[in-house]
Amino acid sequence: MTATMSVALTVNGIPVSRMVAPRVTLADFLRFDLGLTGTHTGCEMGACGACLVRLDGVPVHSCLVFAVQADGAVVETVEGLSENGAIAGLQQAFHERNALQCGFCTPGMLVTAHALLEKGGVPSRDEIRDALSGNYCRCTGYEAIVDAIAAAARARAGAEAPHAEAEA
Amino acid sequence: MKARAFAYARPRTLEAAHAAFADAEGDASYISGGQSLVPALAMRLQAPACLVDLGGIDALKGIAFDDGVLRIGALTRHAQALSDPLIARHAPLLTAAAPFVAHPAIRNRGTLGGSVALADPASEFPAMMLTMDATMEIFGTDGLRDVPAADYFQDLYQTAIEPGEILVALKIPGAAPGTRIAFEELARRRGDYAMVGSGIMAQVDDGAVAQIAIGFFSVGATPVRARAVEALLTGRALDAAAITEAQAALDDDLDPPDDTQVPAAMRRHLARVVLGRLLTRIAGTPGEAP
Repeated sequence: MTATMSVALTVNGIPVSRMVAPRVTLADFLRFDLGLTGTHTGCEMGACGACLVRLDGVPVHSCLVFAVQADGAVVETVEGLSENGAIAGLQQAFHERNALQCGFCTPGMLVTAHALLEKGGVPSRDEIRDALSGNYCRCTGYEAIVDAIAAAARARAGAEAPHAEAEA
Repeated sequence: MKARAFAYARPRTLEAAHAAFADAEGDASYISGGQSLVPALAMRLQAPACLVDLGGIDALKGIAFDDGVLRIGALTRHAQALSDPLIARHAPLLTAAAPFVAHPAIRNRGTLGGSVALADPASEFPAMMLTMDATMEIFGTDGLRDVPAADYFQDLYQTAIEPGEILVALKIPGAAPGTRIAFEELARRRGDYAMVGSGIMAQVDDGAVAQIAIGFFSVGATPVRARAVEALLTGRALDAAAITEAQAALDDDLDPPDDTQVPAAMRRHLARVVLGRLLTRIAGTPGEAP
């Protein structure tokens, strides 16, 4: 066995340091070392998108990054995004539109959708589908997920518009 | 689906990386974005004793335009090809190709240098290096050396990079003002590997083709330039007759293999379809953004 190495990073706003074997992926580190099991491991080869987290502000597959590579990085998981309210609108819309059945893909879907909505504006359904191209869902047929993201984007734009006018 | 145990090094300089690789006596891999390597490790297609992470080496970072050449550091992420204004201005083919590369989260992590060093024959960026007549800057025992794309892609996953050497930067001749570009690929699903793809850049003066470069990918062991078609079209007007002739001539440029997914005859057909669409766009879009 290869020796473990120290890794220090910020996860959901909290500084974390651990000893970890180089072969451990960031996904397994989050799940097993930190108990953050909201990040799901499906394919473990970067195809399914269930393991997406934000690494230094952008969504990446945590199964395709080794934990040692995240030394010094800022990681946000679906737990962090839930607790700080960043995806509250999306979660509400997913609930209302039945955008999940088994829920396995949902954390990755939310991370992707959050990054899409962060760009601002109301994306078209084609843009939403393109953004979701790396997220597998085997239950819903995607239609309800696209509905939910579109609804959350409209709600967000509606909520922001009066604020923008007030500033103008 | 877990990688075998390995030692991990994260050097800060090219020299230190080269030394770390040498210390492993041939049983090491460099890792850049890792979006192709990590799946290969997880599937145990590769199991090196040591991973040398290039991610902390500043000499591999940055994008600069100087003296007519766009120099793209190897660690530049795919997502930057979509958003970087220097790339959009001087290497617009990369910007046009980037949306076709994998999926958003892969593009956030994968690097241009990693893609070009791997030289997957179905990948977009390596083929565009060949199309743009880029030069690969490689670090090895004797320091830096430049290898033109025409000599760089040698065979399936085989490039001019020797074991232990590091791809440092991609040097691309800046696109001349008025250069027309077009890019397309055919895949069964969005973001999947292309069955056939192509990018074209051309200069059209007074309705005639002054210069044209046509690169194909997913048509063989390496990216391929359609030199016969380029020669046929140079000096010609890009009318319907010329495009039809070009499509017929493409057969001489390509020698696609048969595989279980796409028979060679189908690949040839798809390549003709793609070429027709791209040349039609080149003919119809004077000075227009892609």
